[in-house]
Amino acid sequence: MHVVYPAIVSALLFSIGVYGVLARRNTILVLMSVELMLNAVNLNLVAFDVWLRDRLHGGQVLTLFVIVIAAAEVGLGLAIVLALYRNRQTVDLDRLRALAEPPSGAGPETGVPADPGASTDPGTTPETGAETPVPVPGASRSGAESSGSAPRSGAEPGSGVTGASAERGSGPGNADNGGRDRAGGGGGRSGRGGASPDEPEHTVRVEEAP
Amino acid sequence: MTEVVPSYASPTGQEIVFLLLGVMAVGSALLVVTTRQLVHAALWLVVCLGALAGCYLVLTAEFVAWVQVLIYVGAVVVLLLFGIMLTRAPIGRAADLDSGNRVVAAVVAIATAAVLVTVVIDGFRTAYAPLDPGAGSAKEIGATIFRNWVLPFEALSVLLLAALIGAIVISRTDIRGRS
Repeated sequence: MHVVYPAIVSALLFSIGVYGVLARRNTILVLMSVELMLNAVNLNLVAFDVWLRDRLHGGQVLTLFVIVIAAAEVGLGLAIVLALYRNRQTVDLDRLRALAEPPSGAGPETGVPADPGASTDPGTTPETGAETPVPVPGASRSGAESSGSAPRSGAEPGSGVTGASAERGSGPGNADNGGRDRAGGGGGRSGRGGASPDEPEHTVRVEEAP
Repeated sequence: MTEVVPSYASPTGQEIVFLLLGVMAVGSALLVVTTRQLVHAALWLVVCLGALAGCYLVLTAEFVAWVQVLIYVGAVVVLLLFGIMLTRAPIGRAADLDSGNRVVAAVVAIATAAVLVTVVIDGFRTAYAPLDPGAGSAKEIGATIFRNWVLPFEALSVLLLAALIGAIVISRTDIRGRS
Protein backbone atom coordinates (compact mmCIF):
# COMPACT_ATOMS: atom_id res chain seq x y z
CA MET A 1 0.00 0.00 0.00
CA HIS A 2 1.44 3.33 -1.02
CA VAL A 3 1.29 5.79 1.84
CA VAL A 4 0.22 8.50 -0.56
CA TYR A 5 -3.27 7.08 -0.95
CA PRO A 6 -4.46 7.35 2.67
CA ALA A 7 -2.64 10.64 3.01
CA ILE A 8 -4.49 12.10 0.03
CA VAL A 9 -7.84 10.76 1.22
CA SER A 10 -7.31 12.27 4.63
CA ALA A 11 -6.19 15.61 3.17
CA LEU A 12 -9.36 15.77 1.07
CA LEU A 13 -11.52 14.82 4.04
CA PHE A 14 -9.86 17.49 6.15
CA SER A 15 -10.48 20.22 3.59
CA ILE A 16 -14.08 19.11 3.19
CA GLY A 17 -14.41 19.48 6.94
CA VAL A 18 -12.90 22.94 6.72
CA TYR A 19 -15.47 23.88 4.12
CA GLY A 20 -18.29 22.54 6.28
CA VAL A 21 -17.15 24.41 9.37
CA LEU A 22 -16.89 27.67 7.47
CA ALA A 23 -19.96 27.41 5.26
CA ARG A 24 -22.66 25.89 7.42
CA ARG A 25 -24.99 27.84 9.65
CA ASN A 26 -26.56 25.11 11.70
CA THR A 27 -24.50 24.28 14.77
CA ILE A 28 -25.09 20.55 14.47
CA LEU A 29 -23.81 20.57 10.90
CA VAL A 30 -20.70 22.36 12.11
CA LEU A 31 -20.23 19.62 14.69
CA MET A 32 -20.54 17.03 11.92
CA SER A 33 -17.84 18.82 9.94
CA VAL A 34 -15.59 18.80 12.98
CA GLU A 35 -16.11 15.05 13.12
CA LEU A 36 -14.99 14.81 9.51
CA MET A 37 -11.79 16.67 10.32
CA LEU A 38 -11.09 14.42 13.30
CA ASN A 39 -11.60 11.37 11.12
CA ALA A 40 -9.12 12.69 8.60
CA VAL A 41 -6.57 12.92 11.39
CA ASN A 42 -7.43 9.38 12.47
CA LEU A 43 -6.85 8.00 8.99
CA ASN A 44 -3.45 9.66 8.90
CA LEU A 45 -2.55 8.23 12.28
CA VAL A 46 -3.46 4.70 11.28
CA ALA A 47 -1.69 4.91 7.94
CA PHE A 48 1.53 6.21 9.42
CA ASP A 49 1.39 3.68 12.21
CA VAL A 50 1.23 0.93 9.63
CA TRP A 51 3.98 2.51 7.57
CA LEU A 52 6.42 3.09 10.42
CA ARG A 53 5.71 -0.30 12.08
CA ASP A 54 5.61 1.28 15.50
CA ARG A 55 6.37 -1.30 18.12
CA LEU A 56 4.22 0.50 20.68
CA HIS A 57 1.39 0.98 18.15
CA GLY A 58 1.33 4.65 19.03
CA GLY A 59 -0.71 5.65 16.00
CA GLN A 60 -3.52 3.21 16.54
CA VAL A 61 -3.69 3.81 20.28
CA LEU A 62 -3.77 7.53 19.64
CA THR A 63 -6.56 6.93 17.16
CA LEU A 64 -8.57 5.22 19.86
CA PHE A 65 -7.91 8.15 22.19
CA VAL A 66 -9.02 10.63 19.53
CA ILE A 67 -12.22 8.64 19.00
CA VAL A 68 -12.97 8.75 22.72
CA ILE A 69 -12.22 12.48 22.89
CA ALA A 70 -14.44 13.06 19.87
CA ALA A 71 -17.28 11.26 21.62
CA ALA A 72 -16.83 13.44 24.70
CA GLU A 73 -16.66 16.52 22.50
CA VAL A 74 -19.88 15.67 20.70
CA GLY A 75 -21.65 15.04 24.00
CA LEU A 76 -20.59 18.35 25.46
CA GLY A 77 -21.20 20.20 22.21
CA LEU A 78 -24.72 18.90 21.94
CA ALA A 79 -25.41 19.78 25.56
CA ILE A 80 -24.27 23.32 24.83
CA VAL A 81 -26.37 23.43 21.67
CA LEU A 82 -29.43 22.28 23.58
CA ALA A 83 -28.88 24.87 26.31
CA LEU A 84 -28.49 27.47 23.59
CA TYR A 85 -31.68 26.37 21.92
CA ARG A 86 -33.54 26.56 25.21
CA ASN A 87 -32.43 30.11 25.80
CA ARG A 88 -32.41 31.55 22.30
CA GLN A 89 -34.80 29.37 20.31
CA THR A 90 -32.26 29.09 17.53
CA VAL A 91 -29.11 27.18 16.68
CA ASP A 92 -28.24 29.51 13.83
CA LEU A 93 -24.64 30.61 14.07
CA ASP A 94 -25.32 33.83 12.19
CA ARG A 95 -27.85 34.93 14.76
CA LEU A 96 -25.70 34.30 17.82
CA ARG A 97 -24.00 37.65 18.02
CA ALA A 98 -24.22 38.36 21.71
CA LEU A 99 -20.44 38.35 21.99
CA ALA A 100 -19.90 40.65 19.01
CA GLU A 101 -19.03 44.28 19.38
CA PRO A 102 -22.12 46.44 19.15
CA PRO A 103 -22.03 48.42 15.92
CA SER A 104 -21.02 52.02 16.26
CA GLY A 105 -23.89 54.38 15.75
CA ALA A 106 -27.03 53.25 17.46
CA GLY A 107 -29.07 50.15 17.77
CA PRO A 108 -32.65 50.22 16.59
CA GLU A 109 -34.20 50.94 19.97
CA THR A 110 -31.60 53.18 21.53
CA GLY A 111 -32.67 56.50 20.08
CA VAL A 112 -33.66 58.22 23.30
CA PRO A 113 -36.09 61.07 22.61
CA ALA A 114 -34.92 63.07 25.62
CA ASP A 115 -31.51 63.47 24.03
CA PRO A 116 -31.87 65.59 20.93
CA GLY A 117 -28.26 65.12 19.91
CA ALA A 118 -28.77 61.41 19.55
CA SER A 119 -30.77 61.41 16.37
CA THR A 120 -28.97 58.93 14.23
CA ASP A 121 -29.72 59.24 10.59
CA PRO A 122 -32.16 56.60 9.39
CA GLY A 123 -29.81 55.46 6.66
CA THR A 124 -27.76 53.47 9.13
CA THR A 125 -30.64 51.64 10.74
CA PRO A 126 -31.10 48.77 8.26
CA GLU A 127 -27.70 47.26 8.73
CA THR A 128 -27.71 47.76 12.46
CA GLY A 129 -31.09 46.11 12.59
CA ALA A 130 -29.79 43.25 10.55
CA GLU A 131 -26.69 42.77 12.63
CA THR A 132 -28.30 42.76 16.05
CA PRO A 133 -31.56 40.90 15.90
CA VAL A 134 -31.08 39.84 19.50
CA PRO A 135 -31.36 42.89 21.74
CA VAL A 136 -28.68 42.65 24.36
CA PRO A 137 -28.99 44.97 27.35
CA GLY A 138 -25.30 45.78 27.39
CA ALA A 139 -25.37 46.54 23.71
CA SER A 140 -28.24 48.98 24.06
CA ARG A 141 -26.50 50.81 26.86
CA SER A 142 -23.21 51.14 25.09
CA GLY A 143 -25.01 51.95 21.88
CA ALA A 144 -26.76 54.82 23.62
CA GLU A 145 -23.48 56.10 24.93
CA SER A 146 -21.77 55.92 21.60
CA SER A 147 -24.69 57.54 19.88
CA GLY A 148 -24.69 60.27 22.49
CA SER A 149 -21.02 60.87 21.94
CA ALA A 150 -21.29 60.87 18.19
CA PRO A 151 -22.32 64.32 17.06
CA ARG A 152 -24.59 64.19 14.07
CA SER A 153 -25.05 67.26 12.00
CA GLY A 154 -28.52 68.57 11.31
CA ALA A 155 -29.98 67.62 14.66
CA GLU A 156 -32.54 70.16 15.68
CA PRO A 157 -34.60 68.91 18.62
CA GLY A 158 -37.88 68.42 16.82
CA SER A 159 -36.45 66.23 14.12
CA GLY A 160 -34.54 64.31 16.72
CA VAL A 161 -37.75 63.21 18.39
CA THR A 162 -39.49 62.26 15.17
CA GLY A 163 -36.46 60.52 13.81
CA ALA A 164 -36.10 58.45 16.93
CA SER A 165 -39.72 57.42 17.00
CA ALA A 166 -39.72 56.59 13.32
CA GLU A 167 -36.70 54.43 13.63
CA ARG A 168 -38.08 52.71 16.64
CA GLY A 169 -41.19 51.89 14.67
CA SER A 170 -39.15 50.52 11.84
CA GLY A 171 -36.76 48.58 14.01
CA PRO A 172 -38.39 45.14 14.11
CA GLY A 173 -39.33 45.43 10.48
CA ASN A 174 -35.72 45.97 9.64
CA ALA A 175 -34.72 43.02 11.73
CA ASP A 176 -37.21 40.88 9.90
CA ASN A 177 -35.99 42.15 6.60
CA GLY A 178 -32.41 41.40 7.45
CA GLY A 179 -33.30 37.95 8.61
CA ARG A 180 -35.23 37.28 5.46
CA ASP A 181 -32.57 38.31 3.00
CA ARG A 182 -29.98 36.45 5.03
CA ALA A 183 -32.01 33.30 5.09
CA GLY A 184 -32.85 33.52 1.42
CA GLY A 185 -36.57 32.91 1.79
CA GLY A 186 -36.88 30.94 4.97
CA GLY A 187 -40.20 32.34 6.09
CA GLY A 188 -40.67 30.40 9.29
CA ARG A 189 -37.14 31.07 10.44
CA SER A 190 -37.33 34.81 10.06
CA GLY A 191 -40.65 34.94 11.83
CA ARG A 192 -39.23 32.98 14.71
CA GLY A 193 -36.18 35.17 14.93
CA GLY A 194 -38.20 38.36 14.75
CA ALA A 195 -39.85 37.76 18.09
CA SER A 196 -37.08 38.77 20.41
CA PRO A 197 -35.63 35.46 21.44
CA ASP A 198 -34.09 35.91 24.82
CA GLU A 199 -37.01 36.59 27.08
CA PRO A 200 -37.29 33.90 29.70
CA GLU A 201 -41.01 33.39 29.22
CA HIS A 202 -40.36 32.02 25.77
CA THR A 203 -38.24 29.29 27.24
CA VAL A 204 -39.29 25.89 26.02
CA ARG A 205 -38.22 23.08 28.25
CA VAL A 206 -36.80 20.08 26.57
CA GLU A 207 -38.85 17.12 27.61
CA GLU A 208 -36.96 14.98 30.02
CA ALA A 209 -37.75 11.77 31.70
CA PRO A 210 -37.98 12.33 35.45
CA MET B 1 11.22 2.94 4.41
CA THR B 2 11.80 0.50 1.63
CA GLU B 3 14.13 1.23 -1.21
CA VAL B 4 12.32 -0.33 -4.08
CA VAL B 5 8.86 1.08 -4.57
CA PRO B 6 6.29 -0.76 -6.63
CA SER B 7 5.00 1.31 -9.46
CA TYR B 8 1.76 3.23 -9.27
CA ALA B 9 0.68 1.85 -12.64
CA SER B 10 -0.09 -1.61 -11.34
CA PRO B 11 -2.05 -1.27 -8.13
CA THR B 12 -2.59 -4.26 -5.94
CA GLY B 13 -6.00 -5.46 -4.93
CA GLN B 14 -5.68 -3.86 -1.52
CA GLU B 15 -4.95 -0.51 -3.08
CA ILE B 16 -7.91 -0.77 -5.42
CA VAL B 17 -10.23 -1.59 -2.53
CA PHE B 18 -8.75 1.22 -0.47
CA LEU B 19 -9.17 3.72 -3.27
CA LEU B 20 -12.77 2.71 -3.84
CA LEU B 21 -13.50 3.11 -0.13
CA GLY B 22 -11.66 6.42 -0.12
CA VAL B 23 -13.70 7.73 -3.04
CA MET B 24 -16.82 6.63 -1.20
CA ALA B 25 -15.71 8.40 1.98
CA VAL B 26 -14.80 11.61 0.19
CA GLY B 27 -17.99 11.63 -1.87
CA SER B 28 -20.26 11.09 1.09
CA ALA B 29 -18.32 13.70 3.05
CA LEU B 30 -19.01 16.15 0.23
CA LEU B 31 -22.67 15.29 0.48
CA VAL B 32 -22.55 15.84 4.25
CA VAL B 33 -21.38 19.40 3.80
CA THR B 34 -23.54 20.23 0.80
CA THR B 35 -26.88 18.53 1.31
CA ARG B 36 -29.95 20.60 1.91
CA GLN B 37 -31.58 18.27 4.38
CA LEU B 38 -30.32 18.06 7.90
CA VAL B 39 -31.21 14.43 8.54
CA HIS B 40 -29.66 13.38 5.26
CA ALA B 41 -26.42 15.01 6.36
CA ALA B 42 -26.35 12.77 9.42
CA LEU B 43 -27.09 9.69 7.32
CA TRP B 44 -24.39 10.54 4.79
CA LEU B 45 -22.08 10.91 7.76
CA VAL B 46 -22.87 7.29 8.58
CA VAL B 47 -21.80 6.28 5.08
CA CYS B 48 -18.61 8.31 5.32
CA LEU B 49 -17.62 6.88 8.69
CA GLY B 50 -18.45 3.37 7.58
CA ALA B 51 -16.25 3.75 4.52
CA LEU B 52 -13.48 5.00 6.76
CA ALA B 53 -13.90 1.92 8.93
CA GLY B 54 -13.42 -0.13 5.78
CA CYS B 55 -10.25 1.86 5.08
CA TYR B 56 -8.97 0.96 8.53
CA LEU B 57 -9.72 -2.67 7.86
CA VAL B 58 -7.72 -2.58 4.63
CA LEU B 59 -4.88 -0.94 6.54
CA THR B 60 -4.93 -3.93 8.94
CA ALA B 61 -6.17 -1.87 11.87
CA GLU B 62 -9.02 -4.17 12.77
CA PHE B 63 -9.59 -3.06 16.33
CA VAL B 64 -9.68 0.60 15.37
CA ALA B 65 -12.16 -0.25 12.62
CA TRP B 66 -14.58 -1.95 14.99
CA VAL B 67 -14.23 0.80 17.57
CA GLN B 68 -14.98 3.26 14.79
CA VAL B 69 -18.13 1.38 13.88
CA LEU B 70 -19.23 1.05 17.49
CA ILE B 71 -18.55 4.56 18.69
CA TYR B 72 -18.89 6.75 15.64
CA VAL B 73 -21.60 5.02 13.70
CA GLY B 74 -23.32 3.68 16.77
CA ALA B 75 -23.08 6.48 19.29
CA VAL B 76 -21.98 9.76 17.78
CA VAL B 77 -24.38 9.76 14.85
CA VAL B 78 -27.26 8.76 17.10
CA LEU B 79 -26.29 11.61 19.41
CA LEU B 80 -26.26 14.01 16.47
CA LEU B 81 -29.68 12.77 15.38
CA PHE B 82 -30.93 13.38 18.91
CA GLY B 83 -29.55 16.89 18.70
CA ILE B 84 -31.32 17.47 15.38
CA MET B 85 -34.54 16.20 16.87
CA LEU B 86 -34.35 18.15 20.11
CA THR B 87 -33.61 21.46 18.42
CA ARG B 88 -36.74 20.97 16.31
CA ALA B 89 -34.84 21.35 13.09
CA PRO B 90 -36.84 21.32 9.89
CA ILE B 91 -37.06 17.76 8.67
CA GLY B 92 -37.57 18.47 5.00
CA ARG B 93 -35.61 20.55 2.60
CA ALA B 94 -34.29 23.68 4.28
CA ALA B 95 -32.93 26.58 2.33
CA ASP B 96 -30.99 28.27 5.08
CA LEU B 97 -28.44 25.68 6.07
CA ASP B 98 -25.59 27.56 4.42
CA SER B 99 -24.36 30.90 5.57
CA GLY B 100 -23.50 33.75 3.31
CA ASN B 101 -19.80 33.01 3.11
CA ARG B 102 -20.00 29.86 1.03
CA VAL B 103 -17.72 31.22 -1.65
CA VAL B 104 -15.04 32.24 0.82
CA ALA B 105 -15.33 28.87 2.54
CA ALA B 106 -14.96 27.05 -0.78
CA VAL B 107 -11.90 29.10 -1.66
CA VAL B 108 -10.30 28.39 1.71
CA ALA B 109 -11.11 24.69 1.48
CA ILE B 110 -9.76 24.35 -2.05
CA ALA B 111 -6.60 26.18 -1.05
CA THR B 112 -6.19 23.89 1.94
CA ALA B 113 -6.73 20.82 -0.21
CA ALA B 114 -4.28 22.02 -2.84
CA VAL B 115 -1.54 22.75 -0.31
CA LEU B 116 -2.03 19.51 1.61
CA VAL B 117 -2.24 17.27 -1.43
CA THR B 118 0.79 18.88 -3.03
CA VAL B 119 2.90 18.58 0.08
CA VAL B 120 1.77 15.02 0.77
CA ILE B 121 2.46 13.83 -2.76
CA ASP B 122 5.81 15.55 -2.76
CA GLY B 123 6.79 14.18 0.62
CA PHE B 124 5.55 10.59 0.51
CA ARG B 125 5.87 9.65 -3.13
CA THR B 126 8.38 6.94 -2.40
CA ALA B 127 6.88 5.64 0.82
CA TYR B 128 5.52 2.15 0.70
CA ALA B 129 4.00 0.22 3.56
CA PRO B 130 3.64 -3.50 3.07
CA LEU B 131 0.55 -4.77 4.81
CA ASP B 132 0.80 -7.82 6.96
CA PRO B 133 -2.37 -8.90 8.71
CA GLY B 134 -2.61 -9.19 12.45
CA ALA B 135 -0.63 -6.11 13.35
CA GLY B 136 -3.67 -4.23 14.55
CA SER B 137 -5.71 -7.00 16.06
CA ALA B 138 -7.46 -6.66 19.38
CA LYS B 139 -4.80 -8.78 21.06
CA GLU B 140 -1.93 -6.57 19.93
CA ILE B 141 -3.70 -3.30 20.66
CA GLY B 142 -4.98 -4.49 24.02
CA ALA B 143 -1.54 -5.66 25.06
CA THR B 144 0.09 -2.43 24.08
CA ILE B 145 -2.59 -0.26 25.70
CA PHE B 146 -2.40 -2.04 29.01
CA ARG B 147 1.34 -2.40 28.90
CA ASN B 148 2.59 0.91 27.57
CA TRP B 149 -0.31 3.33 27.51
CA VAL B 150 -2.00 2.71 30.85
CA LEU B 151 -1.60 6.19 32.26
CA PRO B 152 -3.08 8.04 29.25
CA PHE B 153 -5.85 5.46 29.15
CA GLU B 154 -6.83 6.10 32.76
CA ALA B 155 -6.54 9.85 32.35
CA LEU B 156 -8.82 9.55 29.35
CA SER B 157 -11.40 7.68 31.37
CA VAL B 158 -11.40 10.48 33.93
CA LEU B 159 -11.80 12.98 31.09
CA LEU B 160 -14.74 11.03 29.73
CA LEU B 161 -16.36 11.00 33.15
CA ALA B 162 -15.85 14.75 33.50
CA ALA B 163 -17.36 15.35 30.07
CA LEU B 164 -20.34 13.19 30.94
CA ILE B 165 -21.00 15.05 34.19
CA GLY B 166 -20.53 18.36 32.42
CA ALA B 167 -23.02 17.43 29.73
CA ILE B 168 -25.59 16.43 32.36
CA VAL B 169 -25.07 19.64 34.32
CA ILE B 170 -25.35 21.80 31.23
CA SER B 171 -28.40 20.13 29.81
CA ARG B 172 -30.44 19.90 32.98
CA THR B 173 -32.56 22.90 33.78
CA ASP B 174 -33.09 22.42 37.49
CA ILE B 175 -29.45 22.79 38.42
CA ARG B 176 -28.74 26.42 39.09
CA GLY B 177 -25.49 28.16 39.85
CA ARG B 178 -24.62 29.31 43.33
CA SER B 179 -25.64 32.90 42.44
